[in-house]
Amino acid sequence: MTGPVLSTRDLTKTFSNAGRDLTVLDGVSFDVEPGATCAIIGPSGSGKTTLLGLCAGLDRPTRGTVRLAGTDLGPLDEDARAALRAASVGFVFQSFRLLPTLTAAENVAIPLDLRGESGARATALDLLDRVGLADRAGHYPTQLSGGEQQRVALARAFSGRPALLFADEPTGNLDAETGARVEALLFDLNREAGTALIVVTHDPELAARCEQVVSLRAGRVVAPEDAALSAPPEPADRPADPA
Amino acid sequence: MALSPFRLAWQDSRGMRRRLALYISAMALGVAALVAIRSFGINLERAVEEQSKEVFGSDLEVRRSASFPDSTEALLDSLRDETGATVVREASFPSMARFPAAAGGEGRARLVQIRALSGPYPLYGRARTTPARAADRLGRDTTGALVDATLLLQMEAAVGDSVQVGGRSYPIVGRVDGVPGQTDIGGLVGPRVYLPLASLDSTLLGFGSRVNFTAQYRFPDEAAALAVVPERLEAADVRFETAGEEQQEVTEATGYLTRFLSLVGFVALLLGGIGVASSVSVYVAEKAETVATLRCLGVSSTRVLATYALQALALGFVGAACGALLGVIVQRVLPLVFAGFLPVDVANDIIPRALAEGLGVGLAAALLFALFPLVSVRRVPPLRALRDDARATGTDPLRWLIGVLLLAAVAGFAYLQTRSLVGAAAFVGGTAGVFALLALAAVVVRGVVARVVRPGLPWAWRQGLANLHAPGNQTLVLLLTMGLGVFLVLALGLVQRSILDQVALPSQDTEAADVVLFDVQSDQRDSLRQLVRSQGLPVVDEVPLVSMRIAAIDGVPVDTLKERADDSFAGRQGGPERWTLTREYRSTYRAATVETETVTAGEFRGTVAPDAAVVPVSLETEIALDLDVGLGSRITWDIAGAEIESVVTSLREVDWARVQPNFFAVFPVGPLDAAPQTAMLLTRAGTPERSARLQSAVVEAFPNVSAVDVRLVLALVDRVLGRVAFVLRFMALFAVLTGLVVLAGAVRVALAQRTREAVVLRTLGASRAQVRRILLAEYALLGLLAALVGGILAVAGAWGLAHFAFEIPFRPDLTWLAWALVVVPALTALVGLAGSRGALRQPPLAVLRAEG
Repeated sequence: MTGPVLSTRDLTKTFSNAGRDLTVLDGVSFDVEPGATCAIIGPSGSGKTTLLGLCAGLDRPTRGTVRLAGTDLGPLDEDARAALRAASVGFVFQSFRLLPTLTAAENVAIPLDLRGESGARATALDLLDRVGLADRAGHYPTQLSGGEQQRVALARAFSGRPALLFADEPTGNLDAETGARVEALLFDLNREAGTALIVVTHDPELAARCEQVVSLRAGRVVAPEDAALSAPPEPADRPADPA
Repeated sequence: MALSPFRLAWQDSRGMRRRLALYISAMALGVAALVAIRSFGINLERAVEEQSKEVFGSDLEVRRSASFPDSTEALLDSLRDETGATVVREASFPSMARFPAAAGGEGRARLVQIRALSGPYPLYGRARTTPARAADRLGRDTTGALVDATLLLQMEAAVGDSVQVGGRSYPIVGRVDGVPGQTDIGGLVGPRVYLPLASLDSTLLGFGSRVNFTAQYRFPDEAAALAVVPERLEAADVRFETAGEEQQEVTEATGYLTRFLSLVGFVALLLGGIGVASSVSVYVAEKAETVATLRCLGVSSTRVLATYALQALALGFVGAACGALLGVIVQRVLPLVFAGFLPVDVANDIIPRALAEGLGVGLAAALLFALFPLVSVRRVPPLRALRDDARATGTDPLRWLIGVLLLAAVAGFAYLQTRSLVGAAAFVGGTAGVFALLALAAVVVRGVVARVVRPGLPWAWRQGLANLHAPGNQTLVLLLTMGLGVFLVLALGLVQRSILDQVALPSQDTEAADVVLFDVQSDQRDSLRQLVRSQGLPVVDEVPLVSMRIAAIDGVPVDTLKERADDSFAGRQGGPERWTLTREYRSTYRAATVETETVTAGEFRGTVAPDAAVVPVSLETEIALDLDVGLGSRITWDIAGAEIESVVTSLREVDWARVQPNFFAVFPVGPLDAAPQTAMLLTRAGTPERSARLQSAVVEAFPNVSAVDVRLVLALVDRVLGRVAFVLRFMALFAVLTGLVVLAGAVRVALAQRTREAVVLRTLGASRAQVRRILLAEYALLGLLAALVGGILAVAGAWGLAHFAFEIPFRPDLTWLAWALVVVPALTALVGLAGSRGALRQPPLAVLRAEG
């Protein structure tokens, strides 16, 4: 693939609430090259999650475009975007998001199973071995500690050999030591697989390990120093949580 | 009062109320069934009490299976004169009735029940007839006949035609639409023709006929009469019955019926309770963090429990109240369900007592079943608010206590219904046994399915299957509730099928006889045979019938044996049972055994010299047991006053279920040839038209000969069984519906988790169709397992019933099972998908929004 694996242009998202328009993301443009690492940072309410959602095709922008793995998301419907995610995108969440009804190995195999690939289980076991959980393959998420769950989630994220991996506060729910281990694993796997990595984080150290930083404040991209040094007060009129 | 449990309970239920309401409503159907049956039962009891005179028809009835001897006649007359009673006399018996105008003048005939009346019948109430004034002619008319509506319809006859009974013809002066105290089902079995007693063809009451004579009394002063009359009848050794005794019997019978049905309704309530317990345990697991937070804030564990118990109680009340209201509606349907079975008209009054009982039982069940999982909220550690994996350890004695209370409550209710400790124990044991078997079967089937088919299945199906045995699944509960519903309905259907197959078998055999002509006198046999052949029909068999009683066994006179039998009630073992000594044996003689019997001991003797001193006889195995005789035993028979000596030389096993002439005692050809006898002639008409033509011709030429069309009998058995099965299935329906409500509740309770899973899958790139396929697979598999488990148990149960209770070979109708295997999974998948719509609608973005 040539050109950036992710490319946004003039990305804007406006919510209408009680007759008032609220712009949470305003003209964001940036590119991420294949295999690169990129941190999205900013205070709470600065639009980080909204940006991540738009980039992954989980939501549609009010204005602007997203090209993901060479494909313009604009004309795609929800199922087509899902298919694109299945083919090219991996996810790591702050609270792991393993399916409680599936074992660790089955969770890791999901991306491959979604594509109907054979040998999903063998790949899953390999990856579990890679994250040091070979002996936990048959365990259910509730039988694993938080750090173990996040390592399973990492294995799941990489099992589909995605071009791009989105990680949303991947160490946010873990203690410092476990967090550091998971972080190291994340960057190792990224390097080995040649996957581009986009991390949303509050953690300045994690952000510092990335080659590229997109810093948001009140929905706009600002110079990184501004965002990191002085967090502005929370806007009082954030849109109601749609979930 | 800043944090009273009431306020907490209300606040905490925000956003959950609709969801909670659904699973508490699982109780509603059970309560509805209880309220409906109880109200109906009380109304029925009142109706029987109020209409007891109409039901019985008189204050007192004297009955005899032969005409009254002169001494009794004299007593009956004097009693009438002394008390000033109004009396109805009746002779009732089966006979052929011919309708010459039926079938376009060709004529039709069939076996009916004749009620020959004299006197103002009925003594209480009034018959419903068309025309209405024809009711006045019952028992008072001297020439005309009244005929049951169903019979007129069957025979395509109408008022104004005539009916021929015996050698006489009667104009039909009215159609009988209903007589107090008679059930429609009874009319189905033996449709009635009402004739004037005085103008009856007396040959019908002669040799070989089976007539019941009664005298019914209505006293102007019932109390005074009943103080005297019974005593005088008893002194004269005359059998009688009073309306009071009859009312008691009817009340007892209807009481059994409604209490049995209440237990079926109670099963639905138990199923609902299991649903509630399962839902509440999921709810409690979800609430663990809230509980931990409350505990961190300083709310005591007791107060937390009280909070949730109040929620359960409030919802239980709502569920029970809805159920009680629903019960009032169902109650209105019940008289329709029981149509044809009841001798009285039942009112639809709302019974406050039944409502209160239903509410109480429902509320208690809801609370107990909810408390069982709910008590664990006391043990949620406050630490849980900080750490997800903080859990209580060890067992909870309070939980055990509630388990014991639950069991005691179930046993208590069963005791109230059955009024016997054994009955209550049987119910609790039976229910627990079925539940345990279902649970065991569920575990086994689930394990087998998971192991055997898993690797080869498409991904969506593997996911669906995985969901069935993942942590926190409700598979067992759903298999239990739905499996029991399937079990009840299927088992009933399979047994009914087996019984019908059994009786229907001979008619499928093209060689077998389908019309039986009986009461054929010896001198009529040749001409009757000719008549049958002249219609182009074969004479399949001719069977002589000789009526006899036992006079002595091994030289001991029957009276001595009867006394011994009476004594044996006091604990003495052995000897013949009383009924075998008093009954009339209709025996036959022939040269060989027939296909419905197998000789199990000794040797069947087909012919002996007519003057043999001791006649060899073959007995049926069961009657030999009851008579306490075996090979070599001597039996002396009384045939119309003449005694013959016999020795048991063989025992036969008889397949009674086949519609064939079968006998307890079979004699060889020879000794009985000259004895007083009648005969049965069996023929095969093949079609209903030929059968009708034959019957019509036979009754015209031989008025005393009766004909039975085997096909009609089978159709009748089918209809009667069908009605009984309908009542049972109607009650089983409550269990099935409860199973579905529990399913809907479980789907709803699992919705939050399903939504989370669906959203994660969608974020990872699964299409909506893929997620839908997973849900479809999960619920369809669940339904399939429930149908399998219920089906397997139903086949086993039906086999047991057929084999042990009915003693017939079990012929499972696999189409029933096949239907269950298709319909149940489809229904389950439908409910599951409909209930999970919300999970599919949720946009994948929610996965990020829900993040810390």
